This record gives sequence, C-alpha cells and structure tokens, in this order.
Amino acid sequence: MKLTVRYFAMLREQVGASQEEVETTAKTPAELFEELVQAHGLTIDLKALKVAVNEDFVPMEHALSDGDAVVFIPPVAGG
Amino acid sequence: MVFEVLDKPIDEKSMRTALNNPSAGAVVTFEGCVRDHNEGRQVQSLEYEVYVEMAEKEGVRILEEARERFGVLDLRAAHRMGPLEIGDIAVWVGVASAHRAEAFDACRYVIDALKHRLPIWKKEQYTDGSSEWVNCQRCQAEVHSP
Repeated sequence: MKLTVRYFAMLREQVGASQEEVETTAKTPAELFEELVQAHGLTIDLKALKVAVNEDFVPMEHALSDGDAVVFIPPVAGG
Repeated sequence: MVFEVLDKPIDEKSMRTALNNPSAGAVVTFEGCVRDHNEGRQVQSLEYEVYVEMAEKEGVRILEEARERFGVLDLRAAHRMGPLEIGDIAVWVGVASAHRAEAFDACRYVIDALKHRLPIWKKEQYTDGSSEWVNCQRCQAEVHSP
C-alpha cells in the first residue's frame, strides 16, 4: 500500500525532507518506522515518539490503510 | 471558541475584545512569552515548527474540553509558528465566564493541555551559537555495544 509520511522537527532534519510517498508492506506505524530507520538512517528512538494517522493520535500498533497520512511526533514543546 | 496558529504577531488586544460578553463577570487571560534563558542556557531566539492541520484540530478540541469541564462562556487561544524573538508572545489564552474561579481553572487547563498535546516543536538558538530541539535531548536511540 501507499502512504504519505510527513516529517517535522528533528525527524525532518534527519530525513532531509518534510514529506514523502512510501510504498510499504508495513501493517502498523511501528513496522513502518523500522523501515524508515533503515531507509534514512534515523537515530531517533521509537520510544520517544508518538504517531498520528490522518491527524489523530493512534497507538503504534494501529492498523494502517492505503492512502493514510502518517506523522511520527517527536516530543512536543509548545508554549 | 477560536483556536489559531499564526505566522504573524498575536494581537492580544483584539483577542481580548472578542471575549466581551454581557454575561461574563470574569475574563482571565494568559500570555506565554519567549524567555532569554532555558535550563541554564542563554537563549538568543527560537523557532516554532507546527503540524498546522493537526494543531488546529487538537487546539479546538482542548477548548471544547475546557468549556464542558468548567462551564465557562467562551474561550480563545492562539499559538505562534516560525521565528520569534525574546519577549514575543508565543501563546495566548483567554477565558470568559460568569465567575472568576472557573475562568482561572479553565485557563490553567487550556495552557497546560496546549503545551502537552499540540504538535508543535521549539528549536532554541543559544547565544554561544549552538541550537537544540527542546525536550528532545534524550530522543536518540541508545547505541548498544556488542
């Protein structure tokens, strides 16, 4: 399936892009993240991240669907 | 109820005016400003990066939660994105209610929830030339020795 992955903050800097289309067999955000670690040499720990699918926070074991917009959320620092 | 992510200065006077309400006996507002120091380091400037679509959705959700929970009349909040200087208003929250106690409580609830839940990241530039993503000092995966 095909997903849109957007990157922010430290992840955007590590990937060197703010968005990409990903063709994947990953069933969950956790599996997808492992693929992205391999593809981009990410050094950020999955345990430090949350994930949003289509603009809502979901668990790392959430079932992904074709066309989903996935965003891994590094620790936030608003305010 | 309005929550906005702004790439221009927050106009706190017009945000306050928008809360005028004949039933409100109390209006509590909060301004969060850019500080010249953080955790012992001298801050030169900072930049907020925002996942705008989600921040707007989550921001409105937080205001709705506060209205239900504290029974206040109206709430408004805004958060900046992009580069900011020392003293700039980074976040603004205003609550109008019949009485003061629930206005203070709702305002505190909103600012705490905005800080914890909005997908917003802050990169601080320090006077020594270095920079860092705040709260992400321990994000790196541990390197396991063989």
